[in-house]
This record gives sequence, C-alpha cells and structure tokens, in this order.
Amino acid sequence: MVKFHFSRKQLCIPYALFLILFVIIPMLLILFYAFTETVDGMIRFSFANFVNFFTSTAKLSTLLMSFTVAIISTAICLLIAYPLAYILARSKFKRKNVLLMLFILPMWINFVLRITALRELLDLIGLLGTQNYLNTIIGMVYDFLPFMILPLYTTLEKLDNSYLEAAADLGGNKFTVFTKVTFPLSMPGVISGITMVFMPSMTNYVVSDTLSNFNITILGKLIDQYFTTYDNWHMGSMISIILLVIIFITMLVTGGFKDGKQEARGANLW
Amino acid sequence: MVKKILSVALCAAVLVFIYAPILLLVVYSFTDSNVIGRWEGFSFALYGQLFRNAEIMQILFNTVWLALAAAALSTVLGTAGAIGIFYSRRRVAKPLQAASQIPVINAEIVTAISLALLFSMIALYRTYFSLIVGHMVLCTPFVVLSVLPKLKQMDSNTYEAALDLGATPAQALFKVVVPQIFSGILSGFMLSITLSLDDYIVTAFTKPPMFDTISTYVYNAVRNGTNSSTPALRALSALIFVVMIVILLAVNLRARKPAAKERAK
Repeated sequence: MVKFHFSRKQLCIPYALFLILFVIIPMLLILFYAFTETVDGMIRFSFANFVNFFTSTAKLSTLLMSFTVAIISTAICLLIAYPLAYILARSKFKRKNVLLMLFILPMWINFVLRITALRELLDLIGLLGTQNYLNTIIGMVYDFLPFMILPLYTTLEKLDNSYLEAAADLGGNKFTVFTKVTFPLSMPGVISGITMVFMPSMTNYVVSDTLSNFNITILGKLIDQYFTTYDNWHMGSMISIILLVIIFITMLVTGGFKDGKQEARGANLW
Repeated sequence: MVKKILSVALCAAVLVFIYAPILLLVVYSFTDSNVIGRWEGFSFALYGQLFRNAEIMQILFNTVWLALAAAALSTVLGTAGAIGIFYSRRRVAKPLQAASQIPVINAEIVTAISLALLFSMIALYRTYFSLIVGHMVLCTPFVVLSVLPKLKQMDSNTYEAALDLGATPAQALFKVVVPQIFSGILSGFMLSITLSLDDYIVTAFTKPPMFDTISTYVYNAVRNGTNSSTPALRALSALIFVVMIVILLAVNLRARKPAAKERAK
C-alpha cells in the first residue's frame, strides 16, 4: 500500500500554480500587448500605443474627466461617511453593530440590480437623460459609500477614549481635539476608504453606462471599448497599463492597501 | 440637543438615500404597470410573469450555480493555499502573498481583459472553464485573506500533539487544524459567494456567448432599452432585495450575539 505522505508546505503548490497561470502570466500578457502592434497579421514591438494615448486629445480628456468624476465621488463619500461613521462609532447605543449593518448591508446585494433601481428613481424625478455627470456621481456614491463607511467605522470604534479625554484635560476645545487627535488617529480608515472608492469610481463602467444612458465614457469603459467595440487589444492593454500606473501611484501616495479591502468588503461580518 | 438632532437627521438622510431606490422597486413590483410611477392597482401579476419566464428562471439558476461552484472551488484552493503559505518559509510565503494581492488591488476590468488575453491564446476564451477560473481569480485571494489570520491565532502545538498521539499528517490536518480555522474557511466561502453573485465585468469577459447571469442579463436589458418592457425584472429585483436583506440580517444578528458575549468577558 502506498502511504499518503505529504508535508503541509506542499499544500500551497496548487495555489502557487493557479496564481502563476491565471494571475501573473495574464498580467505579463497585458504588458506584452501594450508594447506591441499587429501589422499584416504579424505582431511586432512598438511604442505606437503609448505615443497614441498621450497625443490623442480624446483619450486624454477621457482620462481627465474620469479622474474628476472619481475625485468628486470620493470626496462626497468621505464627506458623508466620516460624520456618519463618527456618530455610529461614538454612540452609546448598545447594539450599534446592528445600526452599522443597516448602512452597509446593500453592498452584499448585486450592484447591477441596485444601480438599475437607482436608475428608475432618477428617471422618476426627471434626472435620467438630462444630468449624465450628476447621475454618474450619484451612482458612484450610491454604490461605494459602504466601502467608505466600514473602514472609517472600524478605526473610529477602536479609538481610545483616554486620548480624547487627555486632550480635553490639557485645554483643547472640541475643535482642537478633533483636528489634532481624532482625525489624525483615524487616518488609516480615511486612506483605506479613499483607495476603496477612488479606483472603482474610475473603472466601474456599469454605473456610468446605466445612469448616463451610455453617454459617459470613463477609463474602465475605454478599455472595454477597445476590447469589445474597436477590437484593438493592443490599445486596450496600453490603457490598462496606464490605469495600473495610476493605481500604483495612489498606493505610494496613500501608503498601501494592507488588508483594507478585505475589511471593507466586510469579511469579518460573516 | 442640536447635535443630537443633526446626528439623527444625517443618519436618516443616508438611510433614505440607500433604501429609497430599493423601496421604490419593491413597491412597484406589486402593480401590473410597465413604468415605475404609474400605479395600476395592487397585483401579483409581475411575480406570475417572473415565474413563468423560462429565460429569467434559467438565468437565476445559472447565477446561483456559478456562485456555488466558484465559491466551493475557491474555498478548497484558498484554504490549502493559506495552510501552505502559513507553514512555508518567508522566501516562499512572501512572493505568494504578494501575487495573491494582485487581483485584490487590481481594477476588475484589468483582471478581466488579462484573462481574456490568456484564454484567447489557449483557445478557451468564453467557455465555462474561463468563466469559473475568472470567478476563482476574484474569490480565492479573499479566502486566503480570511483563513490566514485564523492560522496565526491557532495553537501550533496541537498539530504536533496529534502527530505524537499517532495521527497521520492528513488526520492531524483534517481533525485538528481544519476545525480550528473553520470560522475563517466559512467566512471565506460566504465572501466568495457574495463576490461571485455581485460580479459583472469579469463575467462579461469570460462567459460563454449564450450564457447569462443576472448581472449580464440586466445590464444588456438596460443597453438594449428593453428594461421597461420586461417589468418581470422588477419583480426579480424586488425579490432578491428582500430575500438578501432578510438573510443578511438573520445571519449577522445571530453571529453577533456570541461574539458580543465573548468580548464582554
């Protein structure tokens, strides 16, 4: 009889192979496609896509517009979520977890259905078809607000009250205590929330398509178009690389994601 | 006092914003009207249409089946991966964890097109295989992220003790390690199901041409302008909203109680 023999370490082999095959190689393929072009059925090395992107007014204005929409959506999310998370986290209410649940519950419901529901509401109040940018921003806020609330709540809830009391004892008024103690201590939550909202707001084209009647092209939509409509996979890959560079810069500026996304996804609530 | 009123007002305003569209859909799912805003009297007509619509029933079945399959496979792969990473040397564990973070950080559209490039190269583009793999790429890293902390909390001596007492490594793993990290495995599984159910972009780029999930079907209905001509979709949405809200509240309220008690000690 062959004895079943293994070491625990070897259990990571299937996952390692999976990551190489379906994560690393595909990412390298994007890099390959971005810096090549197909001429007469032959693939050859080229900077044409790179040059094309940065000399095309249409593409650059899409990038700029997408950036603006994402920044405004993220700012609105932060402005709503911070006071809300603060109120929830500092409340004396015994079962504030239940209260929090009410605010983040929709993130587990299919977002296409939720955005379509929002579309119906916007249609009813006459915004659909007239206010494409406004609708897109409302949609991004609607979809991603829970991802901002949750990390903020988590950091604010863990905040040690004695710091705030000490600051107050030392003569800080409420405003000073907030700006000098509370806010700086909640920065990890703020950063985690911003990274969770900003990037999807640039790329989740289901929201912009549904709420602008396909009139607004955000960066994610542009990538989709080069793959499905224009059938130019090289350009689509180049735009993806530019997007990855933006994600990377955001990470450098904000100091990385850590496990924020999992937390914001509410993994610990299950 | 003013502060309290403002607080309550803000909470109420956000709740209205979050639930107004959902409520609107639920209310108008009980009237036989083509457009929202025109009330044609209370009726279950749309629900009747929904359950007689074979196409929508098939899509519902596809969505659930895909989520269960992707979540089960991701949970097995991710749990094994997490155990392997936990017991590996740093030189192996670090790069694995870094690679595992790529799909978590990446924009979904980039993940989607990267898979499209790969599968078109190996002639598996838009097959059930590419679809399942696409969903596993989305879900598995989250399983690893859910299981790893539980391994770190685990008493590492228990595995050795089991071996000393005569258990084979496989027995020790399944009877000692797995039960201790089970809560992490379960939350990884649940998270995978919700991620898979929620997905549009990766599905759109990896699915077989004639296969639809709720996400792709509804998006295409909006694109083709058929959204209002299929009021049955309103009943479907309403049903999903209500069922999900009830399940989520039940799961979370029950799960909260023991956790809260533990913390009180």
